[in-house]
Amino acid sequence: MSERKALLEVDNVTLRFGGVVALNQVDFTLYEGEILGLIGPNGAGKTTCFNAMTGVYLPTEGQIRFKGEQVSGKKRNQITKMGMARTFQNIRLFPEMTALENVLVGTDAHNTTSVPTALLRLPKHWREERQSKARALELLSFVGITGRSDDLARNLSYGDQRRLEIARALATNPSLLCLDEPAAGFNPAEKVALLELIKKIRDSGVTVLLIEHDMRLVMGVTDRIVVLEFGRKIAEGTPEEVRDNPKVVAAYLGVPDAA
Amino acid sequence: MTTETVKKQRWKLNLRDRFQDMPKPARIAAMVVFVVLLYLLPTKAFYENLGFPIPMGSGYLPLYTTGSDMAGVLFQCGYYILLALGLNVVLGYAGLLDLGFFGFFAVGAYTVALLTSPESKLITEYNWLESPWPWLLTVPIAIALAMLSGVLLGWPTLRLRGDYLAIVTLGFAEIIRIVAKNQDWILNGDRGIPSVGHPPGTWPDGEPIFELEFTPYYWLVLTVIIGVIFLIRNLANSRVGRAWVAIREDEDAAELMGVPTFKFKLWAFAIGAAIGGLSGSLWAGQANFVNSATFSLENSILVLAAVLLGGAGSIGGAILGGFLVIYLPEWLRSVGDVFGWPTQVQVGNIHIDVSPTSLRFVIFGALLIVVMIYRPQGLWPNRRRAAELKDRQKEVAPVE
Repeated sequence: MSERKALLEVDNVTLRFGGVVALNQVDFTLYEGEILGLIGPNGAGKTTCFNAMTGVYLPTEGQIRFKGEQVSGKKRNQITKMGMARTFQNIRLFPEMTALENVLVGTDAHNTTSVPTALLRLPKHWREERQSKARALELLSFVGITGRSDDLARNLSYGDQRRLEIARALATNPSLLCLDEPAAGFNPAEKVALLELIKKIRDSGVTVLLIEHDMRLVMGVTDRIVVLEFGRKIAEGTPEEVRDNPKVVAAYLGVPDAA
Repeated sequence: MTTETVKKQRWKLNLRDRFQDMPKPARIAAMVVFVVLLYLLPTKAFYENLGFPIPMGSGYLPLYTTGSDMAGVLFQCGYYILLALGLNVVLGYAGLLDLGFFGFFAVGAYTVALLTSPESKLITEYNWLESPWPWLLTVPIAIALAMLSGVLLGWPTLRLRGDYLAIVTLGFAEIIRIVAKNQDWILNGDRGIPSVGHPPGTWPDGEPIFELEFTPYYWLVLTVIIGVIFLIRNLANSRVGRAWVAIREDEDAAELMGVPTFKFKLWAFAIGAAIGGLSGSLWAGQANFVNSATFSLENSILVLAAVLLGGAGSIGGAILGGFLVIYLPEWLRSVGDVFGWPTQVQVGNIHIDVSPTSLRFVIFGALLIVVMIYRPQGLWPNRRRAAELKDRQKEVAPVE
């Protein structure tokens, strides 16, 4: 295999909430340009892992490095600025803002207009507004929402809301996009479209980390898969390797009683 | 049935849409005419030339004016509108519940009073100042100090959310009032500070413009309001305004999308406080006398009521709300005379005072409740602006 550049290193991360061990020495690396699937049964710690990466939780032990820089202890908005963006398992758009405005909040991550500039309508304000709007409209059509940019986010269909979340995350110009169960609640046709979208995102140069339940989706799109169970990594490898791993099968289907 | 309701809703929207769809020059012209009418509002000419009947004797017909000095009421409405506009930034845009907003008004008023009054202890006792400063010079200082107190209050407290923030801000306003009431060394307690300076300017005949007559103060506050509206709109339609709304909608998601939430919450606090301080300095410039009795808690609540009544997050709503919370009680004061409302009712041998004057806050409170039940979003809610973009043209026409 050719030289691969590590983008995100999750280095022996343990996370405890009181006596509960949510993550137990989880250890994996995400390389530039790949689509990595993070799977596991319910309660395996996938979303917790996500939250630790994006700065919502502080790991009890271990380190998370993004582009070689330590993530833990950084402010969440700084982590986003470093190039890590995410969507949410339960959609968390800004419901009273229009679709366009939702995406604009994302593009604003790299804008620097603050109160004095906006108050006096200095040229920087106009330049950033113009560029951001162009970029936001581009992203909306990239994810497949056109003609609805002025609709409130809460008035969009469920599928469009999911896509809008992806557009908002992409607007922060990430090198790593973390998708938390993006296909939840989708019908098969929508899942196929999502699969295409994820591939399109990867082809545009963004590395993707995907949490997903739907095995077919995961098998179809990921380059590698990390499997978690009870907060521990039990397997890692290509989709084929993981599929044939007896531990994974046991985790998903259960082990027949020895008796 | 359903088409009926759709039509009704459409018609409602159309009132606004029709204005939006007018060509820009026409819109500007309409706004200018409206603003000119606002300036003429307290003058007698306004009523005479527009055909409103004015009863013989003094005063105007209380159906559309108040029984007391119209310009005075309008001035009071004016500085409450300013307060509502300020709180609207904090509560309406950024979603931060600030129950002590009047505290910033107090900071502004006291700053002006201390610096412009010849009887200020800064001059008489401490010799910090040689002579009182002109009013105009103290206004920026009042704004800056109010802003500073907003930042000082926000720095530790904006890490709190929701109810906790409300309690702390409530405490802030009460602390200011109680300190002003009890300490003697500079704010002079309940005895207050008299002879506060007025705004500058003289009529051609040499008489000062800003004296006892209320009308010039109303014109001044109206001008300030118009300026403040433009500035707030600039902020609302920018990265700053988006950040505020995002914080209000979902603070965690906003932060994860790269919004520096603390920074923008602090800005919201500072800007709200600055507008509150500005309002206080205008009021002090008119009031002539500042003491702690002015800054009671009910004022903070009244400003809050104004924002919620009008519609949080909407500039028009803040203006309407600020106007109504002052105008309505004043208007009720005089409207009873018109309808021949009895002033007393006798039950047995007890005389109950039922004049609208004394019941005005009861009526006002009942109205507030009714509005909140049937229109919880406020009288003039914020319709999220439709960005003027090409993309809109592609929008599918609504199905009939």
